[in-house]
Amino acid sequence: MASQQEHTVKAFDQDIGQLRGLISQMGGLAEAAIGHAMTALQRGDLELADRIRQDDRRIDAIEADVERTAVRIIALRAPLANDLREVVAALKIAAVVERIGDYAKNIAKRVPLIEGEHRIEPLSTVPAMAKIAAEMVHDALDAFAARDAAKAVEIVRRDRTLDDFYDSIFRTLVTYMVENPKTISQCAHLLFVAKNLERIGDHATNVAEMVHFAATGNQMTDREWGNQ
Amino acid sequence: MTDHAKITAEGVNVFYGAKQAIRNVSLHVRQDEVTAFIGPSGCGKSTFLRTLNRMNDTIAGARVEGDVRLDGEDIYARAMDVVQLRARVGMVFQKPNPFPKSIFENVAYGPRIHGLARSKAELAQIVERSLQRAGLWNEVKDRLSESGTALSGGQQQRLCIARAIAVDPEVILMDEPCSALDPIATARIEELISDLRGRYAIVIVTHNMQQAARVSQKTAFFHLGELVEYGDTSAMFTNPREERTKDYITGRYG
Amino acid sequence: MTERQPTDWRAPAMQRRLRRRYAAERRFRLLGLAAILASAAFLAFLLVSMVARGAGGFVETRVALPLDLSDVRIEGARLMGPGADLALAGAGLENAVDRAADAAFAPAGGAAILSDGAWLVVRDAVKRDPGLLGRRTVLDVPVATEIDIARKGRGTPEAEASVRRLGDRLSSGLNTDFFAGADATDPTRAGIWGALKGSLLTMAVTMALAFPIGVLAALYLEEYAPRNRVTDVIEVSINNLAAVPSIIFGLLGLAVFLGTFHLPRSAALVGGLTLALMTMPVIVIAGRNAIKAVPPSIRDAARALGASRVQVVFHHVLPLALPGILTGTIIGMARALGETAPLLMIGMRAFIAAPPDRLTDPATALPVQIFLWSDEVSQGFVEKTSAAIIVLLVVLLAMNGLAIYLRNRFETRW
Repeated sequence: MASQQEHTVKAFDQDIGQLRGLISQMGGLAEAAIGHAMTALQRGDLELADRIRQDDRRIDAIEADVERTAVRIIALRAPLANDLREVVAALKIAAVVERIGDYAKNIAKRVPLIEGEHRIEPLSTVPAMAKIAAEMVHDALDAFAARDAAKAVEIVRRDRTLDDFYDSIFRTLVTYMVENPKTISQCAHLLFVAKNLERIGDHATNVAEMVHFAATGNQMTDREWGNQ
Repeated sequence: MTDHAKITAEGVNVFYGAKQAIRNVSLHVRQDEVTAFIGPSGCGKSTFLRTLNRMNDTIAGARVEGDVRLDGEDIYARAMDVVQLRARVGMVFQKPNPFPKSIFENVAYGPRIHGLARSKAELAQIVERSLQRAGLWNEVKDRLSESGTALSGGQQQRLCIARAIAVDPEVILMDEPCSALDPIATARIEELISDLRGRYAIVIVTHNMQQAARVSQKTAFFHLGELVEYGDTSAMFTNPREERTKDYITGRYG
Repeated sequence: MTERQPTDWRAPAMQRRLRRRYAAERRFRLLGLAAILASAAFLAFLLVSMVARGAGGFVETRVALPLDLSDVRIEGARLMGPGADLALAGAGLENAVDRAADAAFAPAGGAAILSDGAWLVVRDAVKRDPGLLGRRTVLDVPVATEIDIARKGRGTPEAEASVRRLGDRLSSGLNTDFFAGADATDPTRAGIWGALKGSLLTMAVTMALAFPIGVLAALYLEEYAPRNRVTDVIEVSINNLAAVPSIIFGLLGLAVFLGTFHLPRSAALVGGLTLALMTMPVIVIAGRNAIKAVPPSIRDAARALGASRVQVVFHHVLPLALPGILTGTIIGMARALGETAPLLMIGMRAFIAAPPDRLTDPATALPVQIFLWSDEVSQGFVEKTSAAIIVLLVVLLAMNGLAIYLRNRFETRW
């Protein structure tokens, strides 16, 4: 896929390169935010949770930067074919990654609410789920950088695992709440954390779909979705 | 695809002396669409355009092989009259080339040599209708006797289009009609092309890919005398099938 | 990579180079101006000397001659119609004039004062007014060449004496004979009209032949002929033909038109045919250039509308090329008009005393007439020669003026 001969107009290549740089920077920040959120959750580190909220502002700023760059490329370079798809994908991926950052922030916000009381057991499965979600985000952005449609398809399939994780955590937490009503508030927050992670996985899937479109020019088929 | 095909070309080869300018090109031009030919300079797109109304005949050493049909009639057949063919397949050129005559005479020339008007009044009617269709009538109706060369570049080009329309052709070939015009004049020609779509089958050669994207429904990409890719314009510009097409339209042509 | 020193545009070497360039510019402009001035000076010298010497040729000196025509009797009816000249000559008009001259200018031998053709002037006067016969009258008649020249200031001492003696009986007037007459042995009677008419007839033949043939040849070569070895040879031949010395065309005319076709000698027809041969290549070359200058886009436009080849040529190419073709043609014609050598070869140098009426009549041409007169021994022909040159120059100027007018009038811009 990465046949990329250079553009005759060198500045075009620079612009596209800049756009890709911004996206991977954003992806790196979002991925780190997920990891930090988990760490904060596990350790009950309120300071770290606070820093995640600060970092989210940077993600928002980069998203605005991506928008500006993309609009400038469209206006000045009139990209066509794969260039056009890539710019459009970058624009959409930036919005999605920004959402991912928001979910990480949301998890961080719940850290003080979950902390302070008696630690509950399902807390150990959530970081495992978070690891998968963070990996999906990481891989989706890798796939974007490499324009790797095959990898994108593979990421989409991984979303299943995350859904299964969520279902399992949901059932566990419900059992917990039924058994021990004192933990309901804590469990509810934890449920939201799991839900956020599940949403992050969905968004990583979206990114993968966009990567597939940018790379091949086609939407992912049902077969590739793995629905059959 | 053949259902509305106005022009069908099958296995066309064009030679200039020993040099082959077009290699085995086959494509269909539909009646109700604008077809754009794009490609780098010297790729044969203009040559191929000129085989569609046999304008290559006058070039010494030019030879056309293959089958080109207009409504199923072989235009290179012995029985095909070139003069009538060119009346049926009009052409607009890169540089506006009005005759150094009055605006009226420019438009009236074609109908006159083909005897399309039975009276002076009818001729005047044809001239007015053609100028109106070319979107020039309001600008020139008060100065029809002025020289066509006194108009601005964009007006001259629209005059040339009016002149081509006046003989009531079935197909209009345009060879880079906007390359000598400013963006506003270009926009007016493009608007005119979309107005004329449906009434005439239009084939346009252009260097400007954005223009091809704007005005055409089908696009053909030529490279080194070959037809690399031919298909719907929107597909071509978002997701070309061929690597060479992609490299060309994204500005990576080496 | 070493850093390139920035160019010092104000360095002395740079300034010197700049000065040298300006100096070269100025030198070239001055040289060009000098060339223009030199050619203008030559032209002015030519015109001034021609006009100074030739102006006298348009003027004749007349003397008031008291005439007694009472002896010359003739019936009125014979004065009408073609026999009048003969009748008057038979009636002794010439003798009467001679007698009158002897009587009027007694000591000096009257006939020597008057021009040989003086009695012809009297004859024409009688024809206009038959009432002159049978009574005394005074008529202005032309004087002999020597007296005429002396009056204009370049005569022999004897003639000068005669001029002084005749005093105010002499007068000057426009020499109508010069414009109306043909060649004559007596310079006072010699006229340019015969030669001019010969030239015009010759040019008419040349034009009628060379123009259509030349234009058609040019059109064929440019618009129809394929580019191959044959047309290349033809092109080279035509270019060479235009450079062939004119006397060769004269020899050709002599051999072909006189030798093979036995056309009449000295005729405007043969002169025209010969000059047409000479002019045609010029027209072909000028025509081809003019046709080449018509933009191909115009041909494309017409062809794309379904115009046939002939329609393209005659509706578009030819009208646009015509000003150029006409200019070239007129310049070629002007060259033919000034041509002497080929006309000498086909015998147009004979002494022709009457203007030609038909193409086959013996005729002469302006430049040949100038050549012949310049050879004459008689003093009176010197100013006639210059006067004839002035006429020739005026005709040439008029033709070139026409060429410029046509070019400006019909030139199309696109």
